[in-house]
Amino acid sequence: MPNTIPMTMPRSTPTRIDRRGVLGLLACAGIAVILPWRPAHALDANGAHALIDRSLGEVYQVINSGQPPARMYQDFEAIFARYADVDVIARSALGPAARQAGAAEFAAYKQAFQGYIGRKYGKRFHEFIGSRIEVTGARPLKSFFAVTSVAYLNGRAPMEVEWHVSDRSGRDLYFNIIIEGVNMLASERAEIGAMLARRQGDLAALAADLQQAG
Amino acid sequence: MRQLLTAAACLALLGLGGCASQPVQRDGITINDPFEAQNRRVHAFNKGLDARVIGPVAHRLRGSHNDQAAPAPGQPIGPVQMVINTGRNLSLPVKAVNGLLQGKPGNAGQNLTRFAVNSTLGLGGLFDPAAQNFGVTERDTDFGQTLAVWGVPEGAYLELPLLGPSTQRDAAGRVVDLLIDPLYHLTDGRDAAAVFALRVASKAGDRARFSDTVDGILQGSADSYAQTRLIWLMNRRHELGEERAEYDPYDDAAIDPYTD
Repeated sequence: MPNTIPMTMPRSTPTRIDRRGVLGLLACAGIAVILPWRPAHALDANGAHALIDRSLGEVYQVINSGQPPARMYQDFEAIFARYADVDVIARSALGPAARQAGAAEFAAYKQAFQGYIGRKYGKRFHEFIGSRIEVTGARPLKSFFAVTSVAYLNGRAPMEVEWHVSDRSGRDLYFNIIIEGVNMLASERAEIGAMLARRQGDLAALAADLQQAG
Repeated sequence: MRQLLTAAACLALLGLGGCASQPVQRDGITINDPFEAQNRRVHAFNKGLDARVIGPVAHRLRGSHNDQAAPAPGQPIGPVQMVINTGRNLSLPVKAVNGLLQGKPGNAGQNLTRFAVNSTLGLGGLFDPAAQNFGVTERDTDFGQTLAVWGVPEGAYLELPLLGPSTQRDAAGRVVDLLIDPLYHLTDGRDAAAVFALRVASKAGDRARFSDTVDGILQGSADSYAQTRLIWLMNRRHELGEERAEYDPYDDAAIDPYTD
């Protein structure tokens, strides 16, 4: 991932900043060891930016790994589970039916949903071979942070991709991706809604369908 | 022919005002689709055509995944990309006109510069030296956008035969785009037919490039009509800088599992 920080740093003092960074890290580590409590965690723009950078780094590792597609989809699913708030995305996609679902029933649906997302979005991996996504900034929005990025895909005009990151789950996780205005939560809500309607509202049947879908 | 097109444009524009319907909020966006039953019939037709004719041709054109029509920068381009380039180049004059009508002379100039450079150095638009060597990229626009800039409301959602998703405003814009295209006035007979054919072929080439995406939505969705409508409206409104829903599921008591 290209890093823009060196461009903005004054050129004359790189070593001082490095040393200060290391000292700061050591100090933090010391405090973390000494103090029995941790300071309350709060998501900020840097944290949101870093989360998307890390998750994209892992996605590109898989894309460039040259593994068979089925293996890649599993890896994408694992990355999605690690960096996204799957619970909120799955609930939002299901809509009001999520409130009525039993815990076990919902868990089965959520698991199937996660695999479906890994396959559905993973299948597009070859469009991303030789591409790059640059994270360009992060800003607070409502109760969360919006991380902006630009995707440079071969032979296509650059695309705006925005990630919405929240720490409401207790961890920093993204819960929505908006590609050129097309919002993943909305589109999955329409899709899952249609699939549930086709099964007359039977969540278990929807979960079974999702295991085959994507 | 010209009178016919003008009449069609006037009818479509009049239709914008004449439609009284209640837009609804669905999946987080405003959807105004009073002609849904008719639209769904057209969608079924378009989808069938795509599955039986357009899709197979597009796959043929593109070949296997290893032989993508879109090459990496710096690599030689294939015939499909050349057709896409040529067709797009021919669309630049009317985009420049729309740039002027929208009060954006900078965009108009950029499109005209592209047209001049690619028509000459780019051998009639086969290649794209304007973007590759001079960094002059296209400013995509159309008369639908011009109408939006002028404050004309979006109107009802429409699915047009062959052309796909649109709105009343954009459908009117398409007709006007044909009328105000400088190439339409400067060419006639066989030249005009060739220009038209190249632009259609260019669209077909784009379809080939994006065949996975289109197949995924059209053939892979539980309700492909609703999915197409939703995705197209979100993308079009984003392009035009219109309504943008910033949905916060953590503010939605029905969704948020972390509420106390």
